[in-house]
Amino acid sequence: MEQTISVSVNGRPYERSVEPRLLLSDFLRHDIGLSGTHVGCEHGVCGACTVLVDSAAVRSCLMFAVQANGREVTTVEGLDGGQEDLHPIQHGFWEKHGLQCGFCTPGILMTLVPFLEENPDPSEAEIREILSGNICRCTGYQKIVEAVQLSAILLQEKPG
Amino acid sequence: MKPAAFDYHAPRTVEEALALLWNYGEDGKILAGGQSLVPTMNFRLTQPTALIDLNGIEGLFFLREDDDELRCGAMTRQREVERSALVKRIVPLLHETMPHIAHAQIRNRGTIGGSLAHADPTAELPALAIALDASMYVRSFTEARWISARDYYVGLFTTSMQPDEMLLEVAFPGLPAGSGWAFEEVARQKGNYAMCGAAAVVDLAEGGSVGNVTLVFLGVGEAPVEAEQAASLLVGEKPTAAAIRAASDAAAKLDIDPVGDIHAGPAFRRHLAGVLAERVLTKACERAAGHERQ
Ligand SMILES: Cc1cc2nc3c(=O)[nH]c(=O)nc-3n(C[C@H](O)[C@H](O)[C@H](O)COP(=O)(O)OP(=O)(O)OC[C@H]3O[C@@H](n4cnc5c(N)ncnc54)[C@H](O)[C@@H]3O)c2cc1C
Ligand code: FES
Ligand code: FES
Repeated sequence: MEQTISVSVNGRPYERSVEPRLLLSDFLRHDIGLSGTHVGCEHGVCGACTVLVDSAAVRSCLMFAVQANGREVTTVEGLDGGQEDLHPIQHGFWEKHGLQCGFCTPGILMTLVPFLEENPDPSEAEIREILSGNICRCTGYQKIVEAVQLSAILLQEKPG
Repeated sequence: MKPAAFDYHAPRTVEEALALLWNYGEDGKILAGGQSLVPTMNFRLTQPTALIDLNGIEGLFFLREDDDELRCGAMTRQREVERSALVKRIVPLLHETMPHIAHAQIRNRGTIGGSLAHADPTAELPALAIALDASMYVRSFTEARWISARDYYVGLFTTSMQPDEMLLEVAFPGLPAGSGWAFEEVARQKGNYAMCGAAAVVDLAEGGSVGNVTLVFLGVGEAPVEAEQAASLLVGEKPTAAAIRAASDAAAKLDIDPVGDIHAGPAFRRHLAGVLAERVLTKACERAAGHERQ
């Protein structure tokens, strides 16, 4: 039986009727058309589907959309706050070539938002540990680590 | 793949959840953090008729100190335990082990109760529950009982809970001053389930010989395995490198009977168990001795 849910996604309220078995990842991609959240494995291993639910990074393939009822979800589309300019972390990835095909990138960015808020000056070991939950099959991670290091600097320089 | 259809219930109280569980029996499944259950549903290995989601029951999210024990509500997130100053103070072994469980994004949702109830043979928390002599508070619609961790784990993904029973709370006795502890594991990649892991808790007696020791392995049996022969070799001995090595050898040779899988064969697991036992026993004894000097 379908249930009606109200979810805020990137600050915009959505009300939809959904089947309980609908995964949050599919709700974001198919029901509201935000296809920036990628689905790689659908069992929690790859991290491509990582989004923020009430500011915490979680796997959207391991949550049902009904469980997001009344919550605030942030996806990669919400990173630039609706402005033209890229988010400092996106800048970091752009500058340092922190991506090749880009499939893993949205999940990595969403993992990094709360991480860099809590760890403004992370060590390389801490960066590698947080990245362990996101699989990238292109880059070999070296460029991603450099991108995170630059992102941390850019975030600290960000005015306001 | 996508999960099969199910009825979804989000009770607000424990009583409501227990009534639902009673009604559905084996066809109802509790949904905690979903980090083990949802993958199996996505693969359609599990197709429950109904899910009873505990995420809306506020009374199951807590961490508190009670009579030198850490009391932890079943729905307390793994991440919360990892970051809790209370946990670090009274059960430092638990604090130290949390980062080994999966990745931060998974610990943000995954719960203590979910991991304990799931009883994965390579999970960290079931082995720790035994090493720390924890007790589980379990209720059904009609009854309530406490089960010691040693009686809770009975086999592969199997606990002594009945299908209409729910885990509500875990009590971890605080580590007394003068005890030492350690946890180590070997996994192919940080955050993956380990091939083998070991937890040790040691008390030294007057004069510095070993009073009590508990050594528990994960990944070498269908449930956590307590190394009893190794422990009996060490009790009463001075914790010298030679005594620890002898006990670790005994643990790897006599206390376990690992089977192999695609991740590691039996001989390799046995080897890992011996090496990890030696490391955790050494560290736990050193810590116990350090405590004494204070
Ligand atoms: C990629 C990945 C890596 C992981 N790595 C590790 C790891 O290294 N170590 C590790 O230990 N775990 C690991 N996990 C599993 C993770 O720790 C899970 O969070 C945990 O095993 C289950 O907890 P949960 O709260 O998510 O429970 P759920 O998935 O919701 O439930 C698990 C099972 O327990 C039952 N259950 C849940 N709560 C209760 C309760 N209160 N009473 C009775 N039954 C209950 C459910 O019905 C279900 O059968 C990993 C998971 C993923 C996806
Ligand atoms: S798609 Fe969710 S973790 Fe891979
Ligand atoms: S850039 Fe292709 S998977 Fe990471």
